[in-house]
Amino acid sequence: MTSDPIDPHSDIEGTTIFDGRMAMKGYALNKMCYSFNKAENRAAYLADPEGYMQEYGLNEAQKQACRDRDVLAMIREGGNIYYLAKFAGIYKLNMQDIGAQQTGMSVEEFKEKLVRQGD
Amino acid sequence: MATIIGGLTTSHIPAVGNAIAQGLQEEPYWKPFFDGYKPVRAWLEKHKPDVAINIYNDHGLGFFLDKMPTFAIGAAHEYVNEDEGWGIPVLPPFPGDAALSWHIIERMVEQEFDITSCQELAVDHGFTVPMQLFWPGLTENPDFPRAIPISANTVQHPIPTLKRALDFGRALGRAIRSWPDDVKVVVLGTGGLSHQLDGTRAGFINKEFDRMCMEKIVTDPDSLTAISRMELVRQAGSQGTEFLMWMMMRGALGDKVNALHQNYVIPISNTGAGTMILECVD
Repeated sequence: MTSDPIDPHSDIEGTTIFDGRMAMKGYALNKMCYSFNKAENRAAYLADPEGYMQEYGLNEAQKQACRDRDVLAMIREGGNIYYLAKFAGIYKLNMQDIGAQQTGMSVEEFKEKLVRQGD
Repeated sequence: MATIIGGLTTSHIPAVGNAIAQGLQEEPYWKPFFDGYKPVRAWLEKHKPDVAINIYNDHGLGFFLDKMPTFAIGAAHEYVNEDEGWGIPVLPPFPGDAALSWHIIERMVEQEFDITSCQELAVDHGFTVPMQLFWPGLTENPDFPRAIPISANTVQHPIPTLKRALDFGRALGRAIRSWPDDVKVVVLGTGGLSHQLDGTRAGFINKEFDRMCMEKIVTDPDSLTAISRMELVRQAGSQGTEFLMWMMMRGALGDKVNALHQNYVIPISNTGAGTMILECVD
């Protein structure tokens, strides 16, 4: 069996490996996003984002990424995409919206890119 | 004794649950995908399994990073679905089979797979979408089986190796077949195929790799164990690691299977979607 390299951050372009280091770095951010499974928590965040982020102990970089709704920044600060999807849900953003934002494309361009890969 | 009649594969994309809720099955975008389930339903209507072992990966509903089991097995009389953050209507509870669950748990640990047992487990789209696709109407469907969820961690590295997933499946197959009751069991391997949701590589799909996986999972699953986890991320995308569920399913089926049906559609949402019926030969 092939063994993995010790550093699982890897050299795969445009890809952050969500390993123990990222899981520790992003714990507060991901925990907040996990809370958004519940509708009352989504409402509480929208009513007072700063207070809500403070309650979950986000650091300043994580807070700014949330304020900017900047998915790449949230990933850099330890966010995991499965939990970030719940943050995105608050703003009714789906995976094509998120994909477009991360790749600097319009949503239509991003959808075309997806379709092209079936050719 | 319990028999395993075969395995089914499917993607479990949340957008599919949405499409079902909105009745979009005949829309041009969705039709090639949903049409791929008609032969599966016909097969299920013919064989009427009593139990579905649903191998999926939780995406942040049943588990959080505070405690992240590598392999978890449901041990409840029923499993609830809950809001995952998108406000999609919540589905009614899924009946379980607690006695068989505990038998499987006993036999898995006996075979040195030290799993996490779950007497409460909220099941997310990874579990529910396949149930909707295979048994439309869910509990309203007269053939709706009892279900046992098995979740493997693909949220956080280290994730299991492909070899471990296949070995888990083989142990699971032995566990199921040693159940004394005469029940028919179908094993679902859900998730995948290639997709990446995060980073500047978002939108990555790899048709050739998916095709290769769909071929080898039938004829030579052991050859896939040579793929390292980082290579799997590279070839299938960050979330394409869900292919581990297919390996777990495949292991449970025994050495030889007949691929009765397969369908592959790109893209469904951001994903290459693969649907297969693998019937057990012996």
